[in-house]
Amino acid sequence: MKKEIRIAGFGGQGVVLSGVILGKAAVLYDRKRAIQTQSYGAEARGGGARSEIVISDEDIDYPKVINPDILVAMSQQALDKYVKDLKPKGILIVDSELVKDLPEDYIFSLYRVPASQIASNEFGRIIVANMIMLGFLVSLTEVVSLKALKNSVRESVPKGTEEMNIKAVERGRKIGEVVIK
Amino acid sequence: MSNKVLTGLHFMQGDIACAEGAIAAGCRFFAGYPITPATEIAERMAKRLPEVGGTYAQMEDELGSMAAIIGASWTGTRAMTATSGPGISLMLENIGYAIATETPCVVVNVQRGAPSTGSATLSFQGDILQARRGSHGEYETIALAPSSSQEMFDLTIKAFNLAEKFRTPVFLLADAFIGHMREEVLIPDKSKINIVKRKLPPCKMSLNEYKSSLDENVAPMPIFGHGFKSHVTGSTHNSYGKRDVTNYEALDYEVKLLSKKISKHKREIISVDSEIKDSNVVLISYGTTYRAVREARKMLKRDNINVGSFRLITLWPFPEEEIEDLAKKVKKIIVLENNLGQIVTYIKAAVKGEAEVIFLPPQVLGTLHKPDYIVDKVKEVI
Repeated sequence: MKKEIRIAGFGGQGVVLSGVILGKAAVLYDRKRAIQTQSYGAEARGGGARSEIVISDEDIDYPKVINPDILVAMSQQALDKYVKDLKPKGILIVDSELVKDLPEDYIFSLYRVPASQIASNEFGRIIVANMIMLGFLVSLTEVVSLKALKNSVRESVPKGTEEMNIKAVERGRKIGEVVIK
Repeated sequence: MSNKVLTGLHFMQGDIACAEGAIAAGCRFFAGYPITPATEIAERMAKRLPEVGGTYAQMEDELGSMAAIIGASWTGTRAMTATSGPGISLMLENIGYAIATETPCVVVNVQRGAPSTGSATLSFQGDILQARRGSHGEYETIALAPSSSQEMFDLTIKAFNLAEKFRTPVFLLADAFIGHMREEVLIPDKSKINIVKRKLPPCKMSLNEYKSSLDENVAPMPIFGHGFKSHVTGSTHNSYGKRDVTNYEALDYEVKLLSKKISKHKREIISVDSEIKDSNVVLISYGTTYRAVREARKMLKRDNINVGSFRLITLWPFPEEEIEDLAKKVKKIIVLENNLGQIVTYIKAAVKGEAEVIFLPPQVLGTLHKPDYIVDKVKEVI
């Protein structure tokens, strides 16, 4: 099974890190194959940022994502730019605070997650919105195991912030579980 | 992380794998100037070298960086620099000096959009011929093209071994894509890593023994501080290493030997990855482009179309005989490069009309070839 995931938003949201965390979870903890690539503007914050991950049980030849199975849009600009690439019947996850303008007719599954709202209101840290998204994404799609995700988050975030980030992952997972029920 | 070799499984960016390859190969001096998309190599070396007893030098520019690694190498230290096209352009004068003075070193070029400042974060294979002929004069060079994070590690080690053995700068021609991509890297146990050391002369040599200071089988290197006094010069020098700039015989002798020490050992240096079997059509690629070829072949196989693959791991010296042999076995050769045609000229010369050579750049320069675009092209020519 091969899954192509694109996470897009703007610089400073932790879009690239989210991709790295997924890739690391797959390779180091689930012992799958994964490739992560990225593109971003010259700005440290505010420019468009994109992270792409291919996860597979077999060797991955082509490292780029052309038509993702899953698109996570963390900004309106990202949605507008990338929604056309999403596979028919693919999964679209948007941050409902940041993406208001959604396509009118679509054949993909759409999930609106208030990640940045929860990050600000419940955590007081907008920066953990990406972790809430990862928790949601993994509980919904199981592209990596939850255990692998948590191990990878612990290893990838700055020291001292592990628990907060894990809590944010858990929060996202809970939203995912409600959706699935 | 003070281990010299980080044995184990990693999810690692290409640039970082290159730096770890260098540390594992025994590199203990890095001089550089940051430039996207090669900065991560310098950053990692700045962190790692002090941990393993090495030295990291942040230089004022690329001219100084290249000069510094040449100096370090003459003390017997394994030395490297990493940059991108604009930096290589500035280093070329001193790269020529390293070639003339037969100084082992590794020069990593993580290629980006060019010419000039170009596009810092975009990938490209634009500097292939620059590696071959960028500096002035007549010389041979060695260049390797990695196509995965794993090869950023493996080929960096190989680059050091070739540099040390043949006393010459060796290029690692990566690109922004492979430099920034993260994937699995398996770092072997230290005991499994083969390290080639340069030949050193005894501390005392007679004049006759030293006469081999230019040698097609690579002269021993009289490094500084070992009691042997020697003259290091970029000017034409004779078989004693003595400067002689007014004599055509000396020029003829030096240039031929510098070239021969590489061309004579081509078989040992060249590495290609060939899967031809019974196919009439073969795709030639190198570096990241090979990744698209692999996917395209898999897609073609599903349609029962069997195409071969021939990948150049060593770009320079050019695998002329290997391509010549290949041309006799197949009817059509599709050459994929992420530029407007650099190595294809050399391929056409080696093919000598024995097969049809078709050049295929990506639809949009800098991007990876789309696999279905390659598939369509193959179906068109088949």
